[in-house]
Amino acid sequence: MSDDQSALIPDGEADVIDTEYEIGQDNIQPQIGPFGLDIHNPVFLISGLAIVAFVLVTLAFQNSLGPAFSDLRNWLTGTLDWFFLSAANVFVVLCLVLVVSPLGKVRLGGTEAEPEYSYSGWFAMLFAAGMGIGLMFYGVSEPITHYGTSVAANAGSPESWAPLGGAPGNIAEAGKLGMAATIFHWGLHPWAIYAIVALALALFAYNKGLPLTMRSVFYPIFGERVWGWTGHVIDILAVLATLFGLATSLGFGASQAAAGLHFLFGLPDNTTMQVVLIIIITGMALTSVVAGLDAGVKRLSEINMVLAALLLLFVLFTGPTMALLRGFFDNLIAYAEYLPALSNPIGRADDNFRQGWTAFYWAWWISWSPFVGMFIARVSRGRTVREFITCVLLIPSLVSVFWMTVFGGTAIHEVVNQGYQAVTDADLPLKLFVMLEQLPLHQISSFIGIILVIVFFVTSSDSGSLVIDTITAGGKVEAPTPQRVFWASFEGLVAIALLLGGGLTALQAMAVSTGFPFTIVLLLACYSIVQGLRSERQVVKEAEAQAAE
Amino acid sequence: MYSKIMVPVDLAHADKLEKALRVAADLSRHYEAPILYVGISSSLPGPVARTPEDFAKKLKAFAQAQAGERGIEAEARTYTSHDPARDLDTTLARAIKENGVDLVVMATHAPGAPEYLFASNAGYLAQHAPVSVFVIRD
Repeated sequence: MSDDQSALIPDGEADVIDTEYEIGQDNIQPQIGPFGLDIHNPVFLISGLAIVAFVLVTLAFQNSLGPAFSDLRNWLTGTLDWFFLSAANVFVVLCLVLVVSPLGKVRLGGTEAEPEYSYSGWFAMLFAAGMGIGLMFYGVSEPITHYGTSVAANAGSPESWAPLGGAPGNIAEAGKLGMAATIFHWGLHPWAIYAIVALALALFAYNKGLPLTMRSVFYPIFGERVWGWTGHVIDILAVLATLFGLATSLGFGASQAAAGLHFLFGLPDNTTMQVVLIIIITGMALTSVVAGLDAGVKRLSEINMVLAALLLLFVLFTGPTMALLRGFFDNLIAYAEYLPALSNPIGRADDNFRQGWTAFYWAWWISWSPFVGMFIARVSRGRTVREFITCVLLIPSLVSVFWMTVFGGTAIHEVVNQGYQAVTDADLPLKLFVMLEQLPLHQISSFIGIILVIVFFVTSSDSGSLVIDTITAGGKVEAPTPQRVFWASFEGLVAIALLLGGGLTALQAMAVSTGFPFTIVLLLACYSIVQGLRSERQVVKEAEAQAAE
Repeated sequence: MYSKIMVPVDLAHADKLEKALRVAADLSRHYEAPILYVGISSSLPGPVARTPEDFAKKLKAFAQAQAGERGIEAEARTYTSHDPARDLDTTLARAIKENGVDLVVMATHAPGAPEYLFASNAGYLAQHAPVSVFVIRD
């Protein structure tokens, strides 16, 4: 934390939007038992009731819903894959344009605003919230899977899951393609999605003086109507997308932690175990949100970063070090080389890969984006747009490349150079631990791996609760703590309900289905950002001109 | 006896703080000690103000109004907090230290949402602050 917290942060010039709306004017303050609440009337009630109803229905019809969920997921990613792919490309291009355009000079919070968090604290929080569990779950499993499908003899056939038709029999090329495809899913595109949402929210809260909720972003489009039902619908969508997105990754986290505990200590790996893990971890998340942003969330994120860095360095040095360091640059080049083909939304033959992996990922990132974006926005005051995009888009993408190189590269090395088949055969959640088994001290490193999965789980859940709490309190950050407790508990419950009601398929289906309407919302947000930044530049220029006179 | 009195103010509920404000003013005149009104703002737009700058202006205006109305010497200071729902108490503790305050007068029962927050903050300060804390019940 920087020291300027004690003094008033200077604002300087900013183009505050003139509106009659008062933050909190639609809030109600009911008294439930000993707890006073302060909630946005329709948004809290409708999203709360929808989620309660969803949990009950899923639990009541658990056996019959599984196939319905997987049909829904397949239909969405199968029919709308071109839409998800094109939208994500738009986000990347817009971010890159903003970095180099003069609009990049705009400072979030006004010309004189100073950053509230140091680079390390800021980065730890945005990374822990943004990717966390996914990196643990997919770091080994995704590169090895793409490598396997690409090198297989049937790569390129309609049944194959290989990216871009694969490279049958060509080990070197398949390894390269496997890494490029993985990095594609964890590099510029996901971070561009986050950056767009975060930038939009930060701009309209810090520079335009509107409440920190999704609806504010749409002020340039809908005007005063954003305070009515138009805005309610946007905010409710954001809450649902966040909750289901979070529940999906909590489900992944629980299944991986349970698999790891079974692998290391022989504990049972079944649904009961996963439910118990979700409960324990939700309890930890509760403690963290109640402790607050600085004492809980930020501290845990930093611990997380240290642990993740230790595990990364451990694998780097005990694995094929020189090959990995060279691999980092090779993979960057491979990524650049395959990027145009991988991001092309139409006229491709690799249906399974494009729909089952890429479209699913994009929908998943988008369903996460209100949460990660809002959280990033909350800690990004005082950065310029250029600095912001560099730190939210470019640096995390490089870190993802490095992470995937080290974990995936080691696994592929084990398969190719040591003939270690186990890592190919293991289930997705287990691949990380099977890979670590080939390295020295694997019991310690696997244990750190499990701890990391759990702590990442906690940091996603606690920051997610803060975000949902702020949206459902109409943008108020000082809403009473019981509300945070309510949302953190509900994230756990939704994850449990979805696990029992249809396993991960159900989780993924919900993430994808909330991701779709939100993609449209984000495309509109792109327009708002450009409008907002342009008027901001205008005001700053006028002020400079006046000062010069 | 006392040389500087600190009064934490929640501008969103200033109307409900009358009793604490009056007691603080009485003490201020009695000991000829100026009052420091402290307000805590998030850097995000909130119900009171849409920028921290605006918040500080409003608090200053509040302090001036109090000074005129009650015939006391008053100043205002705004602190910004990342998470005002949770780190209010530690921020107030720092305000005591940084401003050479030797008495805190604060309300514990503004009705409505922040009620229990106030209670817990006054409780925290009474327990941890190195100076006297006068907790005013509604």
